[in-house]
Amino acid sequence: MKAEALRGKNIFSRIFYFYIDGFRAMTLGKTLWAIILIKLFIFFFVLKLFFFPDFLGSRCDTDAECADYVATELTTILPK
Amino acid sequence: MDELYSLVDWSRAQFALTAMYHWLFVPLTLGLGLIISCMETVYYRTGDERWKRMTKFWMNLFGVNFALGVATGIILEFQFGTNWSNYSWFVGDIFGAPLAIEGIMAFFMESTFIAIMFFGWNKVSRGAHLASTWLTTIGASISALWILVANAWMQNPVGMQFNPDTVRNEMVDFWSVLLSPVAINKFFHSVTAGWVLGAIFVVAISAWFLLRKREEYMATRSMKVAAWVGILGILFVMQTGDGSAYQVAKYQPMKLAAMEGLYEGDTEQAIIAFGVMNPEKKSYDDGVEPFLFKVEIPKVLSMLATRDAEGFVPGIEDIIRGGYPIVSDDGTMRVAPSAEERMARGKAAIEALADYKEARKMGNVAAADEAAMRLNANYADFGYGYITDVNQLIPHVPLVFYSFHIMVILGGYFLLLFIVILILLYRKTVARYKWLLWIFVASLPLGYVCLQSGWIVAEVGRQPWVIQDIMPTFAAISRVETSAVQTTFWLFTAIFTVLLIAEISIMIKQIKKGPEQK
Repeated sequence: MKAEALRGKNIFSRIFYFYIDGFRAMTLGKTLWAIILIKLFIFFFVLKLFFFPDFLGSRCDTDAECADYVATELTTILPK
Repeated sequence: MDELYSLVDWSRAQFALTAMYHWLFVPLTLGLGLIISCMETVYYRTGDERWKRMTKFWMNLFGVNFALGVATGIILEFQFGTNWSNYSWFVGDIFGAPLAIEGIMAFFMESTFIAIMFFGWNKVSRGAHLASTWLTTIGASISALWILVANAWMQNPVGMQFNPDTVRNEMVDFWSVLLSPVAINKFFHSVTAGWVLGAIFVVAISAWFLLRKREEYMATRSMKVAAWVGILGILFVMQTGDGSAYQVAKYQPMKLAAMEGLYEGDTEQAIIAFGVMNPEKKSYDDGVEPFLFKVEIPKVLSMLATRDAEGFVPGIEDIIRGGYPIVSDDGTMRVAPSAEERMARGKAAIEALADYKEARKMGNVAAADEAAMRLNANYADFGYGYITDVNQLIPHVPLVFYSFHIMVILGGYFLLLFIVILILLYRKTVARYKWLLWIFVASLPLGYVCLQSGWIVAEVGRQPWVIQDIMPTFAAISRVETSAVQTTFWLFTAIFTVLLIAEISIMIKQIKKGPEQK
């Protein structure tokens, strides 16, 4: 849809078609978006899920428990 | 204990790999953003379609760099939560708040205005498009501000109070954190270094076009804009670099000593212009001469570090032994404590924390109050309590020394480069000297070497601290399996290599294609 055709429509529809037109007209951008999506998939659905668990979250449930856990870690890490 | 240090080393290597990879993209986004904003401003003012075509060409390369770099910083946040959980908890909202602001601002500012920048040609007015381009550039710089504020706090922790109940450092003065001189210098130094890299990138590619006898108008005009941005950038870099060195001397004297390979300090201390370190030097007190060869400039280090040509600059031995005069933030003179004294205070602080938690558990208020007082009195040296050998306080001196000197030498080279380019451009003879054009092309990797060296100086130079004087790496670490960190290290290496190859090949393809045909 051309810019002229968008003029009569409301702001939300103009923004919507602005993005739709932009994505449709992409050439190099399509390759770049494909790379971004693959990258985000690897980061969030492979790395985050399988390799980067929330370490503290698996050892304590409340803030007070986490504080105790970290305090114990910090006061017993190295021999005195 | 060896297992702990192996885990720390692998976790550090993984973090360094990710951060250095991320730092390949960020400065180019900052620099190229400014350059395309300037080019589009010329188009806006003159209506000359050649400037629009030029802007669109560089904007495409900006898009490639942005797309490949976006989200690589997220992995660093994964690592905080998994590999550095003690640190993540301990820093509390001080680190979390700037990162959260950065995430929200980056999303709304950059994503909105980037969309207009790429999709908005002929759809929004020229003025609105220009505003979007500038706001994308400004948004990227503001994003960098929050990251650098968080980093600066780690180098010089201010504006916080340690709460032994939550075991967290809690922000008590937002403005001290945001406007600390370390943060201000770091922000302008890093952002303007990005301008320099963007300028070198544009100069190198423009030189390539001139060598190929293609797009002469675009190449020479692009070079002119880039050279002005570059010269402005490098002058700011030098000015803020001087400010950074002064802050380092004040708050991280060990880093400054490593940057200069300075083992024994002195008044009227010379700076090393060029030197070759002695590989036989293994320890700070082994008596081996640290340099095989060096060229010094008298008094300059004293001038840079103390603003007094006769000021005393401590070396590594002095910092370990203490006893030299230092000026506090309030202007009073005091004697620097030795490393052993600080280690004793640090151990007292850690014991006080343990006593406090125990007393609270027992409901003994008086004992808890007494332990809290001991903790507060010694908290400034909390991290020293984890140091078991003073050698742990010394970063890798040759790595920091060479990185610093490579950065400084290349900075000087870039200033010269931009001056030469501008002279040739104003004489309209730049295309005549092919050998010089090849030098311009070859300068591109040097730009990256310079910026990565700066990162090494800032981060390796502050070892062993993740938070200066308060938390060393080996207290910040999570007790995960070393093999798990090794696995993800190699996984990242593979992913980053593939992404880098993808970026370079897409970039080269776009450059060869050149700007849109008229």
